[in-house]
Amino acid sequence: MSNNHNQYTIALAGNPNTGKSTLFNLLTGLRQHTGNWTGKTVAHAEGFFDYKGQSYQITDLPGTYSLYSNSADEEVARDFIIFAKPDVTLVVLDATALERNLNLALQVLEMTSQVIVCVNLMDEAKKKGIQIDIHKLSQKLGVPVVPISARNEEGIDQLLDTIDQMVRGDIQTNPLQISYNRAIEEKIEKLVPFVKQVIGDHYPARWIALRLLDGDMSLLQSLQKEPRQFLKEVPHYACNCSTKSI
Amino acid sequence: MRATAPLNPFEELMSRAQSLTDSDTREQIVSALFQTSQAICRESVHYTKQKKHDETEKLDRVLTSKIWGFPIMLAMLAIVIYITVAGANVPSSMLANFFNWLEGYIGLVFKQLHAPDWLYGILVLGLYRGTAWVVSVMLPPMAIFFPIFALLENYGYLPRVAFNMDRLFKKSGAHGKQSLTMAMGFGCNAAAIMSTRIIESPRERMLAILTNNFVPCNGRWPTLILLASLFMAAGYTGGWKTFVTAGVVVAMVLFGIIVTLTVSWILSKTALRGVPTHYTLELPPYRRPKIWDTIIRATLDKSVYVLKRAVAVAAPAGVLTWILANIHIGDTTILTYITDWLDPFARELGLDGYILMAFILGLPANEIVMPILLMGYLSTGALTEVDDLHSLKQIFLDHGWTWLTALNMMLFSLLHYPCGTTLINIYKETKSKKWTLLAFLIPTSIAIAVTFLTTHIVQWFDLL
Repeated sequence: MSNNHNQYTIALAGNPNTGKSTLFNLLTGLRQHTGNWTGKTVAHAEGFFDYKGQSYQITDLPGTYSLYSNSADEEVARDFIIFAKPDVTLVVLDATALERNLNLALQVLEMTSQVIVCVNLMDEAKKKGIQIDIHKLSQKLGVPVVPISARNEEGIDQLLDTIDQMVRGDIQTNPLQISYNRAIEEKIEKLVPFVKQVIGDHYPARWIALRLLDGDMSLLQSLQKEPRQFLKEVPHYACNCSTKSI
Repeated sequence: MRATAPLNPFEELMSRAQSLTDSDTREQIVSALFQTSQAICRESVHYTKQKKHDETEKLDRVLTSKIWGFPIMLAMLAIVIYITVAGANVPSSMLANFFNWLEGYIGLVFKQLHAPDWLYGILVLGLYRGTAWVVSVMLPPMAIFFPIFALLENYGYLPRVAFNMDRLFKKSGAHGKQSLTMAMGFGCNAAAIMSTRIIESPRERMLAILTNNFVPCNGRWPTLILLASLFMAAGYTGGWKTFVTAGVVVAMVLFGIIVTLTVSWILSKTALRGVPTHYTLELPPYRRPKIWDTIIRATLDKSVYVLKRAVAVAAPAGVLTWILANIHIGDTTILTYITDWLDPFARELGLDGYILMAFILGLPANEIVMPILLMGYLSTGALTEVDDLHSLKQIFLDHGWTWLTALNMMLFSLLHYPCGTTLINIYKETKSKKWTLLAFLIPTSIAIAVTFLTTHIVQWFDLL
């Protein structure tokens, strides 16, 4: 999935108030700019960093609780993960409210296998007496889990190493698929062949079937809008960043 | 099927998906998601400081459970109102006695000063008696109700109420957060209108604004509680009387919620069409409130505030009503002209001209409806002394009240147009004269329709 212009893309997803922006700022420093998503009034921040001779472009997605396209924010985040196909999607979770935060991570895992989960605010969790078994969590989710404290700049090296390994293809993920009740699973099974027939193998068929069952019209509209074109549109806007080499 | 390739495969796919979907697919998906998160956390998260977390979860399992959530909510409301009604009787009578005793001395002072009769009329019979009734009738229930309510609020119960109601609001096409703004409305509708800002979708926000009025605010609780205790439980004595009173008030609140949901549903199928959006409601942990702090603050902030507003607006209104009642044009007074003119319409609603006038003059604030009504009645020559609650009931009975009148006044109070402050806020928030007008018209028409129907059904079946 490596890009032709020798730059990997990373998407940063997470609930609001999980320290997502702190991490974003920490990784990119001053190499960032903000703008609006094309045609949407949703703020958008994009930044760049280098690690081990690789350059990365990282996009800070709007903070959302879900990706069910309830709002413009959620739609933007969802479309980016599906259409822009970032090389890595970092899901930032709040260690002090892991259960609620996991909902978003699980939704991302249904959409892409290139996921790294960052459990942020580990310091605060420790203070509150919350112990998180990172190994177990990683085992359950089927993707790497990295404990960090963005505020104290802890765990960042390990995170960068994990990103590096993932883009090199050294990490095999096996993302957890939520099993729904039998009625829904049967419907998904019925729908998946048609999804593949219409949309092709380019997108996660199971996930799309599920969204369609949920009556998600906006997704289909996005799919219909010549997805390839959309894919290119996203990272393009008036920006004069020297690091961008196209 | 495959042989005939459809023209638009996307539409084909969508309609196929739609044929498989049913209304609660989203809920099934979300609950599978939540269960998975929960299962993962159960294995990978451990709490070393367990106590607090556990308590909240255990309590929530009961207080927000599908089976117990609603009964507990209603029972809580009933208990709060029961305590209010039971506790308010004695201090109310004591206050009334005190004011009666004081009036004797005030009368003596007026005699000593050789004050003219009209001055005595305005100040004592109009202003003093009206105010005295308002204070003795409204203060005790407020001083009990508001602190208890505030304790529940500070303990963290209100977000649970919102959580329980969430499902119902979503079913009616509204946003779940409307349950929060509705809960705010139990305090003050004007403040609740501001709080609808938490709802992002303009459509759902408008629903919340237009229906907020259907839950009783601070200004209307006393009216509901008073009328329920005077008229609705007349046939009962002792504990049962209080119980029935509380039951009637709870029924009123329930009815208000039903109207809220129904109106939301109708609007979301017509003028404000759309699908409800999803959101996450965070339930804060239960906290033991600072009990005395809460009680004192609730008493000072709310009770005294409401009372001050009532008295401040009611006092001039009392003087005005007394003057209107004592200036004669021909044989009748101006007040009689007004109430006579309103009377035929009011009768259709099971009210009378005085009640309707009180509601109209009470537009600035719901708190003053009852005071204006009392002053209107008192000024007609039926000079009832401030004695005890029985004589208060006598005032109403002298003006031909029955339980039906009381019921209709309660219904009208519950359902009628929002107060002036709320309307101003609605205009500020929506920036639309049209929607503000609708916020006035929808409740008013419902209030008129419901009281009209109640009256005529009761009369039809001869239930009186």
